[in-house]
Amino acid sequence: MSVASEAVPFLLNRDKIEEKAGPGVVLLDIIRRVHHLTGTKEACREGDCGACMVLLGTPEASSRMRYVPVNSCLLPLGAVAGCHLVTIEGINGPELNPIQQMLVAQGGIQCGFCTPGFVIALTAFFLNSINSDAAAAMDAVAGNLCRCTGYAGIKRTIQALCSRFDLSGSPQENRIRDCIDWHLLPRYFASIPEKLASLPRIKPAPGDSDAVRVAGGTDLFVQKPEILCSAPLNFLRPENSAECVRLQDGRCIIDAATTIEQLRTSQALQNLFPAIDEDFRRICCAPIRQRATVGGNLFNASPIADLAVFFLALDARLHIDGPMQERPVRLRDFFKAYKQIDCGPDELLREISLALPEPPFGFSFEKVSKRTYLDIASVNSALLIELSNGVIQKVCLSAGGVAPIPLYLNSTCEFLLGKAVREEVVLEAARVAQSEIAPISDIRGTADYKGLLLRQLIFAHFLKLFPEQLCWEALHETA
Amino acid sequence: MKLRDAELHAQGASQFTDDLLHPEGTLAVYPAVSSIARGIIEKIDTEPAFAHVGVIAVFTAADIPGVNQIGNFSADEVLLAEKEVVYLGQPIALVVAETGEIARQAAASVVVDYQSLPAVFDARTADKMGLHIAPRRLFSCGDVEAAWAGCDLIVEGSAVTGAQEHMYLETQNAIAYPLENNGLRVFSATQSPGGTQRSIARVLGLPMHAVEVDVVRLGGGFGGKEEQATAFAVMAALASHHLQRIVKISLRRDEDYRLTGKRHPYEADFKIGLDRSGKILAYRADFFQNAGAIADLSPPILERSLFHAGNSYFIPNMQVSAVSCRTNLPPNTAFRGFGGPQAMYVLESAIFKAADKMGVDASRIQEVNLLREGQHFYYGMQARRCMATACWREAQSRFALQQRQLEIDAFNAAHKLEKKGIAIMPICFGISFTSTFLNQADALLHVYGDGSVSVSCGAVEMGQGVKQKIGQVVSVVFGIDEQRVKVESTNTTRIANMSPTAASTGADLNGQAARLAALQIKQRLIDLAAARLGGVDASEITFEREQVCRQGQPTELSWNRLVSLAYLSRTALSAEVHYATPELFFDRTKEQGQPFAYHVYGCAAVEVTLDCLRGRYRIDSVKVVHDDGQPLDVMVDCGQIEGGIVQGLGWMTLEEVLFDDSGRLLTDNLTAYKIPDMHFAPDIDVHFLASATNPPGLMHSKAVGEPPLMYGIAAYFALCKAIRAFIPAWQPDFRAPMTPEKVLLALYQKQHPDA
Repeated sequence: MSVASEAVPFLLNRDKIEEKAGPGVVLLDIIRRVHHLTGTKEACREGDCGACMVLLGTPEASSRMRYVPVNSCLLPLGAVAGCHLVTIEGINGPELNPIQQMLVAQGGIQCGFCTPGFVIALTAFFLNSINSDAAAAMDAVAGNLCRCTGYAGIKRTIQALCSRFDLSGSPQENRIRDCIDWHLLPRYFASIPEKLASLPRIKPAPGDSDAVRVAGGTDLFVQKPEILCSAPLNFLRPENSAECVRLQDGRCIIDAATTIEQLRTSQALQNLFPAIDEDFRRICCAPIRQRATVGGNLFNASPIADLAVFFLALDARLHIDGPMQERPVRLRDFFKAYKQIDCGPDELLREISLALPEPPFGFSFEKVSKRTYLDIASVNSALLIELSNGVIQKVCLSAGGVAPIPLYLNSTCEFLLGKAVREEVVLEAARVAQSEIAPISDIRGTADYKGLLLRQLIFAHFLKLFPEQLCWEALHETA
Repeated sequence: MKLRDAELHAQGASQFTDDLLHPEGTLAVYPAVSSIARGIIEKIDTEPAFAHVGVIAVFTAADIPGVNQIGNFSADEVLLAEKEVVYLGQPIALVVAETGEIARQAAASVVVDYQSLPAVFDARTADKMGLHIAPRRLFSCGDVEAAWAGCDLIVEGSAVTGAQEHMYLETQNAIAYPLENNGLRVFSATQSPGGTQRSIARVLGLPMHAVEVDVVRLGGGFGGKEEQATAFAVMAALASHHLQRIVKISLRRDEDYRLTGKRHPYEADFKIGLDRSGKILAYRADFFQNAGAIADLSPPILERSLFHAGNSYFIPNMQVSAVSCRTNLPPNTAFRGFGGPQAMYVLESAIFKAADKMGVDASRIQEVNLLREGQHFYYGMQARRCMATACWREAQSRFALQQRQLEIDAFNAAHKLEKKGIAIMPICFGISFTSTFLNQADALLHVYGDGSVSVSCGAVEMGQGVKQKIGQVVSVVFGIDEQRVKVESTNTTRIANMSPTAASTGADLNGQAARLAALQIKQRLIDLAAARLGGVDASEITFEREQVCRQGQPTELSWNRLVSLAYLSRTALSAEVHYATPELFFDRTKEQGQPFAYHVYGCAAVEVTLDCLRGRYRIDSVKVVHDDGQPLDVMVDCGQIEGGIVQGLGWMTLEEVLFDDSGRLLTDNLTAYKIPDMHFAPDIDVHFLASATNPPGLMHSKAVGEPPLMYGIAAYFALCKAIRAFIPAWQPDFRAPMTPEKVLLALYQKQHPDA
């Protein structure tokens, strides 16, 4: 299962490990097969179920540890050097901890196969959440599937735990200590920073130009795990995660390696787009948000990529580093054909940037999928609109799932420019949009459905942004 | 301190088959499978597989020492295809290698030449072509044809339900260990250790006693491991037998999706006749079951469809027929409800359509036709302790359903782009295997010298809490702490000829056997205690709180002391007891009899909210009154109900299995096939019907595994009502699941054909 390679030092629960399995071997296999820690379960190998969830702890400034939930089936060994990896066995104490007790007491456990993943996800919640909001705890376990319980017992567990532990009184700098005092974590967590410091350092290997570039790996390791476990890999690491999203000269700059979670929680982006918190919760679950990056999502070039659609409507610009110079590319020009992008093999995305919209502006992201949460869209769409004296001064409309690439709806935007927001304008815009799309029938829906759905999502954008000006009946009756 | 299963699970310390420690050198096996849906095999070239470093052996049908046959119900299922393939994904050869990765890659390199033949994938086409697993069966009562004349309203139509993927979290897997004297010990994730043992013995040409099958627990089964775990266990066993090495098989999710069958898709034509008051006078339905390529459990599933075609209603004239159609899909198989849900959906469709024509809510028709005490089912059995009306009334009053409907009407009037709907689903589900001979079980019980107790039985634990219940029953009989009782793994050397853990009967059958075994030992202990206490009357002796009591008062004898005395006085402390459900019979020549020990009743209301702009919906709540007898464990049963409901909701809404024109599964991973997640799951309010008794059940309890799934059917009709609130002229086509796509197309279709 491996190629001979340099040992990767990390902490696995209480133990120092120097693992030689190969940088592209996923932790799930190392945990189960090499270390025989069988509480971590294999169920999908595509980050869709959470049965293999573990905590990934990294040292932060002031030698504090930060633990995030990740799916070990998509986590390559090369990404955990110098980290603390925690499986269910590393959470267990001499007795059941309060999370475990509550799952038992509230009927949150049936066949038990998903249970360790839920324990990990809830532990991550209590380690990171600023308050004991049950809805936030639900979000923390949304990426964990259970086929037995109907989730009712798990919801009871969440309610009970949230009323038992008040996180609002536990500042982040004391959180690990508090979790130890609450018996949510075993005592050894207090000494992890020292243990990590004693691990041998490895120098990141210089990027091999032929190597496969790995960002978060959350899609790459679904698509071609067999190749990656023996191919040379180039792990793209963020340079300074604290400032991965920043405002500068009227633009918002976002590092390529920014994770979806960093986007979602970015104060700058939340100020601009208040719905981003909920929108991004819907598109992927907590453990994926921790790993998946904006660069990865754009470079993957899925015609339905949520971030591509989101940033197309913001007219984002890519800043691509080449061997000689930086090259800016508008995102709307970046997607050439199905899964083909404007980026050479010796080029690398450094960051993306977008002009700050001129207030008053409206922004709307819409997505419909078979399952409302954590599913691939049938159609998604985003709209940015700037008005002046009731007239559209600037407009960007994008749509996914209706063409071989994430689509910037150029003709529709041109049509809308300079118009007032009125029902007949919206209706005509929806008609123009139909002329520039070419949806196909597949498992996400028939072409007819996708066309109809895009029309509805365009209506939804406008009705959401202009509830006072637009009357839905007029759209419905003449559509 | 013995931890209960749930406590082990919480620590990730419970062992599933794939978690068992296995030594270095354990081999992996993986099948090379058919790449076409139907064809004649002209040549199998296994040579390319050997080019992969680490490949140990390749086996084909020619290497089978016994009979190439793993079908338990019908002898139509080869382990490895030899002459023809009948579905895409059918195993043809087995590649054994040092690792699973190598075995997979090597299996993919096996070259099979076919002469491709036309394949058929839908039931009606197969029916027209005469492709049947078994002849059409017909259940009837009264005279349907004569009854139409007396009806004030007759409605006809058709209905379709789709397949459903089990999506047990633990995929199919097994590991086989060679033993001396040609023996094998096989750990298999199967609901049917007995059937697996029988198939392994048959394929290897061994007596059954040479094959030991052991099951600790399953990570979910739902019917998907009743028959379909067998093939994979046999593959590991065959390789282990030949190579005398430990051999494992463990499917990846996409492989499990592609290689195994699902809940049967059904099509049906219906005709229903009613009088002016809404009384159903006659009902006719003809079901077409898509069995896939092989019988598997399709005939008994079809039979249960016939038993549940009338659901919870009394219909004086009924004629329902069903035929199992042979198509070229992977063999469809058992899935919670076992054909019952498909049949009930058709009757609910007929009622919905009739209600439409009458201009009333479907609940009016449902209510006036509910089965009553003493009435006969159309298959001859009398309804006893019938709780249909009791559940309905309790649900109506407890949840104020009429008031709720008014509130929903008001909501819909006030909201243009959001519409709510509520639908009610009464259920009646028969408990027992419909194949009468399967309704038997054995238990082997040991009381050890230290007072601890070991129970073996045929029940497989898969999250339904059956071991918890059985341990509880034994501890209650002995009056001892549950900590003392261990329910062992399910093992064919301790229990012979066990029936699968299925048909919701696991606790009933095995619990009764365990109870009888405990009672047998208890009687010996009582006799001993009575003598020891000076010849008192044995009827005065009871065991309570680990003490021997006389006339309710503790004596000097504790449980431990009594057990020691029993051993020293050479009293038997083990018992093996057989239980067979009494009074069951069914005459298949007349399709009449008493196939069930009892029925489970219940009534649920499902409420939905529709986003009429986007076609998205939310299931808001499910409110249930469920007849559970006197539950052995309220939390376990509540969990079964909640879990069954969400599976039923998934089947009716977002779970959609799609194949392409060549029979290739398109929805072959968790990204493409979505099961309910935390956000999808609605609020569920479960109320157990008070003071229900059930003499035929285990200590008055009722089986609970399957019935609740059918509450989910109401989701389809609640969505129909919400759509109707937006577009009153719309007519449902009764083709489940109701995906967001179907909803949106319904909301905005240009024409409204009067179906």
